Formats: sequence, structure tokens, C-alpha cells
Amino acid sequence: MTDPLNACKERKQSFDLPDSPHSVGWTRPQRVVLADDSNPLPLDCGKSLAPVTVEYETYGTLAPAGDNAVFILHALSGDAHAAGWDADWEKDARPWRKDRPGWWDNMIGPGKAFDTNRYFVICANLLGSCYGTTGPWETNPKTGKPYALDFPVVTVEDWVRLNVRLQDYLGIKRLLAVAGGSLGGQQALAWVINHPGRVRSALIFAASARIGAQGLAFNAVGRQAILNDPYFRSGNYYGFSHPSGGLELARKLGHITYLSYQSMEGKFGRNFQNGVRPCYCLDKEFAVESYLEHQGRSFVRRFDANSYLYLTRAMDYYDAAAPGGGDLKAACAGVEAGLLLIAYSSDWLYPPEATREVAKAMLANNKTVSFIEIPSDYGHDAFLLETERTAPLANNFLHKV
Amino acid sequence: MSKNWRWDHDLIFKLVEPGASVLDLGCGDGDLLARLVEKKQVCGQAVEADPAAAVEAIKKGVAVYQKDLDLGLPEFNSKSFDYVVLEKTLQELYHPVTALEEMLRIGKSCIVSFPNFFFKGVVGKLLQTKRMPVTAALPYQWHETPNIRVLTLPDFLDWAAAGQVEVIDGYAYEGTNYRPLDLPADYENAEELLFVLKRD
Repeated sequence: MTDPLNACKERKQSFDLPDSPHSVGWTRPQRVVLADDSNPLPLDCGKSLAPVTVEYETYGTLAPAGDNAVFILHALSGDAHAAGWDADWEKDARPWRKDRPGWWDNMIGPGKAFDTNRYFVICANLLGSCYGTTGPWETNPKTGKPYALDFPVVTVEDWVRLNVRLQDYLGIKRLLAVAGGSLGGQQALAWVINHPGRVRSALIFAASARIGAQGLAFNAVGRQAILNDPYFRSGNYYGFSHPSGGLELARKLGHITYLSYQSMEGKFGRNFQNGVRPCYCLDKEFAVESYLEHQGRSFVRRFDANSYLYLTRAMDYYDAAAPGGGDLKAACAGVEAGLLLIAYSSDWLYPPEATREVAKAMLANNKTVSFIEIPSDYGHDAFLLETERTAPLANNFLHKV
Repeated sequence: MSKNWRWDHDLIFKLVEPGASVLDLGCGDGDLLARLVEKKQVCGQAVEADPAAAVEAIKKGVAVYQKDLDLGLPEFNSKSFDYVVLEKTLQELYHPVTALEEMLRIGKSCIVSFPNFFFKGVVGKLLQTKRMPVTAALPYQWHETPNIRVLTLPDFLDWAAAGQVEVIDGYAYEGTNYRPLDLPADYENAEELLFVLKRD
């Protein structure tokens, strides 16, 4: 059994280092205020929010015609650092970025799927997250204290509304493409449905029109773990011990849903963590337990528990059919973008048949669509790992937009 | 003529008007539809069951909806395409008539091509060797062939007559080229066949 920490180190060898011709190299986060008291951000919940700061990164060069911009959308635990190596990791106290590039570095860079020699690639941190964009950890100007649970409930549609402001700020009338996996794929879908004139195509990985009851249930239990942590203090834990145990548990639970029966059997099976014999104890005995422990622990070092509550809630609420009064076909009637929908056979969080529903809605509107189910054992995580086939696919698809 | 020249691709390319909408069922690696999109500005949609082939087709700029044709195509609206094309796939389907019926429903015109099992080269080989024939159009041993629903020209015409299917045009491939169908000689002379069909 490979030690999961060693496995991470081995993976580091396969990263494109900053001097690699396939890496975007060193990157720096940028921040911009996109909503203030004179122009607050309206939210689906009925409230509005100001000020709103957005942290984002860009790679490549915007063409003079402004027609080569690709907006990458991150998932639940992601950030604006989608590619390359963060030159500011020390300044911004983000040590987890020291040894690894951005979360979709295998897809973004010179010659890669999202080829930065051709495209201007943008990625922004989500509202409510904890990587530079306004979130519950930030000081509420009205109280002088962190928002905590006074932060408004935000939705996928709110995120897209904010990202369209960033699109305007960057001077891009119409994006060449929006692209993302999981919750990022749902933002891409919301973008083409709610702002059809703003984007020409969407590449949607491992996502569907809505999560099912199973996904809602996992999110609810994850949040419960945080809410029940004695250190949670109704969200007002900033300046005190954080509810790390609860967040760790939520992450472990979430992480199981990103894997599959096949990938867990292949990676861990029933292997013992130490030796081949049981120790007849209740300590972490099996390799899979220790792997989850590692995943949970490293997550709490870089994520905010309140952000986890808000982001999973946004994921719960998203239903692409809502603009059509619950009818997905009606919701997709105005879509102008060409869609590439990529599902993975062993994904049980966003199963291929759920992704297919989006394709069916497009066809029902007499619109062309690409839908493909990639055979994969990696479960939901396949959108991050299974790039050998999807990278050339995405690259060629973009060429033809 | 290139090695990959396909008579049915060539003929379909000629038959389809510029700017038409085309649904290509079982598009394989998408060569035909990519060419139609590029050279004839058709609005193209493909359906393909094999993910590897679908990936290749999408890479060529073809919109591919991955699905097994045997499952039917209820997601496509009636008369929503000018042409629905099924090239040399009919004989591989478990439910070929379901596919044909779906084509006639979805398409204003349908184009279908398939190998003729009564072609003299096939029948001759069968009689001579007493074994399932392996030919250019049917290049497989009995135990590995994907062609599970082989048919003859009269079989097809019987089906069309029984189902109020209007046969607009027929073409035969013989030797190295194709030509309009010549009955009854083509019952045995045609190695492969292509028909343009419709049902209003």
C-alpha cells in the first residue's frame, strides 16, 4: 500500500514546474471591488451586498478584438488559482500552494486544453468562499466584525451575476467559452441559460441541472457536522479555535462522494494501514481511514467552515430548470451557446444520466449539443484526473467554436 | 481515389443540399458530417454509441450526442431535420426497424445504406465454401461479426411497401463505383445499397 502522503509527493513529480514550457509559470492573484454602496450586488435571496471584492487570476493575453476569453469556474473547494505557481503564497499565507500548481493545471497552460498561447483564461474565487473574494470570514462594514452567519445566502445565479460584472470590468463583451466541473459546471450552465448573449460556448464536466436527493442529503450531513461542533459558536469562531473537527468530518464525507467503488477498491481495497494483521483496536486500522484523515486534516488548514456551509447551500439550491418554471426544456429555450457535456461512467454524485437530461433539453429545443459519457473508474473526481482523453477533446472543441 | 474513399459518403455529400439540417446516426469518427458542415454549411447533429468514436467526431467540430440507437430517439422532435442518415449501421442494430421508424419520424427525408446479403459475391461464396462469406462489405468471421441483422434488397423493399414508406431514390454499389438502382438485376449485382426514403 502506497502511503497517501508519498503518493502526493510522487504526483508532484508529474506537475509542470514553473519553468516548464507547458506551465503558465508564476502567477499572482488580483483583486477588484465589483460592488459598492452605490452599486450593490443584488442577490436571489432578496438582499443586496456591498462592498464585494473578487479575487481572480488571468493567464494568456486578451486579443484586441476581445474574442478569445475563456472563463474557468471552480468547484466547491476551489479558488481563483486554477493554473501555475502562486508567487504570493507566502505573502498571502497560503502555504498549501507552495508545493503544487493551480487546481486545473493539467488543463490550463501553453499547449494544453485551455491553451494560454491562444486564449485569455480567467478564473475567479466564488462569493462566500474563503480565497480572497468576499465571504463570511470578511469584516461586515456595518458591525466591524466578521459577517459569520450574517452573510447572506448566495446562489449559483448570484455567482454568475458577479462574474458577469468581472467580465464587464475586463472589457469582454462575449466570452469564447465558460468551463468548469461539478459545481463549476453548474455555473457554466447558469451562465448560458441566464446570460445567453454573453457567452459562445460552454464546456461542462461532471455536472447536471441539479443535484439529486442523494447529493442534498450528503451536503446536509456535512453541514450538520460543522453546526454540531462545540467550537462552532453560531459561526462566530473567528479569533477563537475553529470548528475543525466538524469541517474535517464534512470534508471526509464529501470526499467519499467524489470517489467510486472501483477507485476506492483500486486505491485501498481492504489494506491495513500498518502491516497485514489486524491490531484489534478501534484506531485507524485500514488504509482508507488514514487517507480520509489526511484529506480532512489538510482541508481544514485551508478552508473556512462558514464558507463550507454557504457553498454547499448554493449547490443545493441550484436548479437549471428554475428559469423555465421547473421545466428544463423551457429553461434552455434561449441558450445560444454550443454545449459540450462530459459525464463520467462511475460518477454517482452527478451521474451521467443526470447530465444527459441537459443534452435532452437542448435537443428538445432543436438545438445541437454534444454529450459524452467517458468510461472511467475515478468517480466524480474524474473531471480533475481523467484528462488524457478530455484535454484534446476540449482543445479541439474550442478550436471549432 | 483515396484508400478511405467511401461511396456512400460521396453520394450522401452530393444528395444533401447546402444549408440543410442533417442528423447522422452512428456517425463513427464523424468524417461525413464534418465535411458536410464545412463544405455545405449544414447544421449537423450526430448520434454515436461508442465514446472513443464520439470523442474523435467532436474533435472534428461535430456535435455528437452519445447514445445507443437501439434505445430509440424520443429526445428528437418529429420532422426536426431535413435529412436523417444511417450509413452501414442498420445491419448492426438489434432493433433495426425501430431505428428506421425513428428516422422516418424525425427526418423530412431519410438516407439509409447497408450491405446486400444476396449480392452474388456473397451468395456464391456461401455456396462454394459452405461457410459464412467474408467479403469487402462483410469483412468478418461469423463469430465476430457486428452484422447481426443481415438483409437482402427484396427484404428491404418488402419492409418499405408494408410500412407506407415512400422510396424516393435507390442506388447500388457494384465493383468500384455506384449508380442508380437497376431492378431486378441489382437483387444480385449490388454489393451495397443506398436508399432515400420519406414518410409524410
